[in-house]
Amino acid sequence: MSKKTQFKGLTLHFIPHSEIEKMETVDRIKKLLKIILDNKVVILQGRLKAEEESRLIEDTMIMIGNIKGFKGVELAVITGNQDNRTLMDKFRFGIARALVGDQNAITIIGPASIVKEVKKDPSKLEILMR
Amino acid sequence: MAIRILRDFTKRMFGLFFKRKKEIKLGFYGPPNAGKTSLANKICKDWTGEEIGTVSNVPHETRKVQFKEEVEIKYKERSLKFKLVDTPGIATKIDYEDFIPFKINKKHAQKRAKEATQGIIEAIKWLDDMDVVIVVLDATENPYSQVNITIVGNLVARKIPVLIVANKIDLKKADIKKIEAAFPDFDVVGISARFGKNMDEFYESLFKLAKRAE
Repeated sequence: MSKKTQFKGLTLHFIPHSEIEKMETVDRIKKLLKIILDNKVVILQGRLKAEEESRLIEDTMIMIGNIKGFKGVELAVITGNQDNRTLMDKFRFGIARALVGDQNAITIIGPASIVKEVKKDPSKLEILMR
Repeated sequence: MAIRILRDFTKRMFGLFFKRKKEIKLGFYGPPNAGKTSLANKICKDWTGEEIGTVSNVPHETRKVQFKEEVEIKYKERSLKFKLVDTPGIATKIDYEDFIPFKINKKHAQKRAKEATQGIIEAIKWLDDMDVVIVVLDATENPYSQVNITIVGNLVARKIPVLIVANKIDLKKADIKKIEAAFPDFDVVGISARFGKNMDEFYESLFKLAKRAE
């Protein structure tokens, strides 16, 4: 008979932007992955830079090979709607984002062993649990 | 010493006068099973008669970066030389158990999963070396996945020109408009790499893309 895993609950760990804004990329990723390894879902105020997101994927891949039972992460970013912004506004927003990070966004990262899928459509977000 | 200096000087001068036609490094990026290798194969078949790699319906079939050099493509009396770089599909999770339903035994599934993780790391490392990139997406899937956004975001951050290809338009569920809506700032061309559908429009877009790298 196969052993069934009982779902015991879910812990959401909120990280305000101020907590990571002064950190180096390596430390930011390390902090996020440490929480995820504790089987918690991270709710991060703001979003990582594009290079940090790819670094997160790289580090996740290294961990899959080295940590037993770790299968990776599910990741989603919700941002404010930019459709109604003018080109100039988008440009200004782009500069601001590059300087201070996009604090209007929310990033959700969870361990793939708990979060089955994060379905994102522009207007809705569904988190499917295992 | 003097001979070496003279040799280097001659080599440099020779290089200046007889500059080799630049080979454009064209990367194929995207999530697993979107059809990156199918498209790279189609291009290679069209212009060299050979394929670049094997394709399969099992995810992560391409687990190593594979190349085809000196691929000369002609379009409307213009000719460009490319180095095609086909990369493993990028994902945020890999579970060997996902390969078991494809009749792969546990040992091989675990090996495949390990190779797939290494392939993803290799694909990301190669981003910096690309002149232009084609992001291949499955037109039947939801384009708003974070992996797609991360890939495109990284290319934009590195100022690498991008063309988005919506593959599998031969399938009923295909929805190019959804991909266009997800990436409004990019050129999107719909094709079927498997059946060679809409390749003329693809080559036209590819030449426009290559121009941005010149």
